[in-house]
Amino acid sequence: MIEKDALGFFVTLGLMMVVVYVTRIAGYWLIGRLVIGPRLRRMLNALPGAIIAATVAPALVQGGLRAVLALGATLVVMIVVRKDFFAVAAGAAVAAAAFAWGL
Amino acid sequence: MTPPPASPTDRWTLAAFRLGAIDVLPFVPGLAGFAMAYGTVAARKGMTLFETLLMSGTIFAGVVQMVVLDSWPEVLTAGAIAGIVALTALVNARYIMIGATLRPLLGGQQPAKAYPTLFFLVEPPWLMSLRYYSNGGRDPAYLLGGGVAMYVVWVTTAIPGYLAGAAVGNPKQFGIDLLVPAFFVAMMVSLWRGPRRSWGLIVGAVVAALTEYVFGGLWYLIVGAVAGCIAGVLNDD
Repeated sequence: MIEKDALGFFVTLGLMMVVVYVTRIAGYWLIGRLVIGPRLRRMLNALPGAIIAATVAPALVQGGLRAVLALGATLVVMIVVRKDFFAVAAGAAVAAAAFAWGL
Repeated sequence: MTPPPASPTDRWTLAAFRLGAIDVLPFVPGLAGFAMAYGTVAARKGMTLFETLLMSGTIFAGVVQMVVLDSWPEVLTAGAIAGIVALTALVNARYIMIGATLRPLLGGQQPAKAYPTLFFLVEPPWLMSLRYYSNGGRDPAYLLGGGVAMYVVWVTTAIPGYLAGAAVGNPKQFGIDLLVPAFFVAMMVSLWRGPRRSWGLIVGAVVAALTEYVFGGLWYLIVGAVAGCIAGVLNDD
């Protein structure tokens, strides 16, 4: 139980806060110290897509058929409508329906 | 990628701040659901409401908070604290890469403004800021507005979750567990530049899925992102 060790809790929280803030500023700080050439620019251009794709792909592998159906619905709606709100709503609706069907 | 010269008049405007906050609104239901789930887990772990909200207010990183709470030990030894800190660094390491992508938007700004803004850096405003920048937006208050909006929602909606305790049902019932991946899928459609210029995206996805499949754990994110990044560098057109 956490409240039995209040001091330890606050020490841990303080350390976590520092680590999390450092991860938030470290990349920004580092890039500012480097000269952005064409190679680094290509890297930066590729980064967002790579991070996003790396986040999504395992969710598909882990989530099985339910995740494939839901994220597939999101993909189709997004390509057709180009509004992320409706795309995500469609994904959640399919996921909820798949759950109700026992997937 | 040199940012255009900063003119003080069109930076840090209230209008851009407000626009940033409005543009992250689609993420609020998912974030609120996540925060409520966090509040529920915290209550079950025996944290006080004050401690629960203090953690949200100082850390402001949902995955970190959930993973750390889940593995919180019975007794806080020095070793246990070191383990928690290492876990925190690993889970949040992706922000090193995310922060690097913000150099064009924040680059010309005073450090006294840029670094506090980065405290509020989370994924939804980051994604929206990338789009904002590629559409010609140059006011970093956009990023701050989105971050502060997310922050307020994240801290406050943990309260009903905490109070409800175990009453929150299975998040799968409403598809809440897939909201974040769904947002990412939608963003991938926006970032898609045709197969020839999207190698980073493709390689990142494949390598992350393979890493996940073979090793499990959280390494997939870092390995996949780095692989996608390398593919992007080599893909000169």
